[in-house]
Amino acid sequence: MDEGVVWLTIFILSVFVGIEVISKVSSTLHTPLMSGANAIHGVILLGAIIVTGSTDNGLALSIGLVAIVLAAVNMVGGFLVTDRMLQMFVRKKPAVRAAGDGADS
Amino acid sequence: MSIPVWAQLAYLAAAVCFILALKGLSGPKTARNGNIIGAVAAVVACAIPFFYLDLDHVPLILVAIAVGTAGGVYGARTVQMTQMPQMVALFNGVGGGAAALVALLELHEITSGAGDEPGWFILLATAFTILVGSVSFAGSVITFAKLQELMTSRPVVFPGLPVVFGLALIGALVLGGLLIGDAGNGSGMSAGIVLALLGLLVGVLLVLPVGGADVPIVISLLNAFTGLTVAAGGYVLSNTLLLVAGTLVGASGTFLTLLMAGAMGRSVANIMFGALKGGSTLGSGVASDRPVKSAGAEDIAILLAYAERVIIVPGYGLAVAQAQHTLRELVDVLTARGIEVDYAIHPVAGRMPGHMNVLLAEAQVPYEQLKEMDEINGEFKNADVVLVVGANDVVNPAAKTTPGAPIYGMPILNADEAKQVIFMKRSMRPGFAGIENELLFEPTTTLFFGDAKESLGKLLNAVKAQ
Repeated sequence: MDEGVVWLTIFILSVFVGIEVISKVSSTLHTPLMSGANAIHGVILLGAIIVTGSTDNGLALSIGLVAIVLAAVNMVGGFLVTDRMLQMFVRKKPAVRAAGDGADS
Repeated sequence: MSIPVWAQLAYLAAAVCFILALKGLSGPKTARNGNIIGAVAAVVACAIPFFYLDLDHVPLILVAIAVGTAGGVYGARTVQMTQMPQMVALFNGVGGGAAALVALLELHEITSGAGDEPGWFILLATAFTILVGSVSFAGSVITFAKLQELMTSRPVVFPGLPVVFGLALIGALVLGGLLIGDAGNGSGMSAGIVLALLGLLVGVLLVLPVGGADVPIVISLLNAFTGLTVAAGGYVLSNTLLLVAGTLVGASGTFLTLLMAGAMGRSVANIMFGALKGGSTLGSGVASDRPVKSAGAEDIAILLAYAERVIIVPGYGLAVAQAQHTLRELVDVLTARGIEVDYAIHPVAGRMPGHMNVLLAEAQVPYEQLKEMDEINGEFKNADVVLVVGANDVVNPAAKTTPGAPIYGMPILNADEAKQVIFMKRSMRPGFAGIENELLFEPTTTLFFGDAKESLGKLLNAVKAQ
């Protein structure tokens, strides 16, 4: 099989998987989902590392380092902030006693 | 360079983890684990090249990673939940910027002589990454500025904007074409830089005309853009993980954008380009001076005391005033007296779909009291009192009755069907969409002016004093 076709195959299949896995999301989770997906594309950090590590030119090196910083902000910040949001959803509260003070007065 | 089999398999495993992460993120019970799986996979994936490539500049790379990590941790830890949309926009923007820079470097690499003549498709993917990554970066920065209120959140349109936008876009496409056709002559890098600058211009012009209320859709769209640039970058670098991860985000982001636009009853094209046709200029930022009925905390406490069924419509104003906790206390008191209380959550309440759920979860409001729009809309006619706290557009009947209004066609909460409506507002200024709300002038409506937190505090005391 031609290599280009292999890439195209991976691409097309990923499109369908991407749509399929989130097709049943409730609107409650739109914000965390957007934020989590956002963090996933932070994996461009991987690309930034590879490119920066194989350059020999001063300017290219500095551009690469900037790219690494930006990508790391995207990836690390993205996952952490998503977790912060989701942490609040997961906390299942055992029916809080209605703030006892003065409720019956 | 060829990638050893073990590394390729590790990339594959990470790609599968990303699929599981997205799958997990779309269900309430699995969401947190999904996110953690994604995070672990991403971190492991980024470590892989250190083991099979003979990387130069490793200390500098590690320092850069540390700096970026520190920035990300700081941002994620300190951001307030109300500012979540602009934080997501910013994280997305820097990701797009990083992808553009990576493609720029790769362009330098493949056009600066050494090695084979690059294929046109590689050049196309590179140009695409540079252009769309820059669009995503600049667009996200403008989005951030709008939401952070560093600039006006109203649509910014100047005469000739469509022309400038069109020219910038055509210029970018022509330049991209030249770059693909004429790569070998060493001018690749400078053409790439100009392409990036044009991309920045396109990004700015793309987001300027979008009104504040529609900005979340733009964030989601730009998120999908960044995903696609990462995918194209993966192709350029022959890295399957980047291709799969980017494509997943691109596809799911596009789908999510359509879902959100659907929840607002708008088409994506209308949101992006509506203002250029003059549609959104109907709104005005000025306060009305028509007569309204207003009351103080004691009167409203009495209204609540006689109610059996109360529905609360929370909006962004509630969150800005940090009044969620006070509201929950009030609801606890009312519930303890046998009054049935629910929160009606509009899909786009807050600044972003699902944002209000996050904000109320932060105040530990029990999940069961949050009712989605379709679930609660039939119940408004049985409600004795509807308490609208810091919301406006989501209960504005203009969405049903006024064709041409910026929010026309958006499904709304039927607060107008309730026996009594209490509006807690800071002033008579219109909502985010910038249009007047007829509901404020209805005879069944009572206004309670003041900062949401202060007002709720007064109301809470008045209710307790009964």
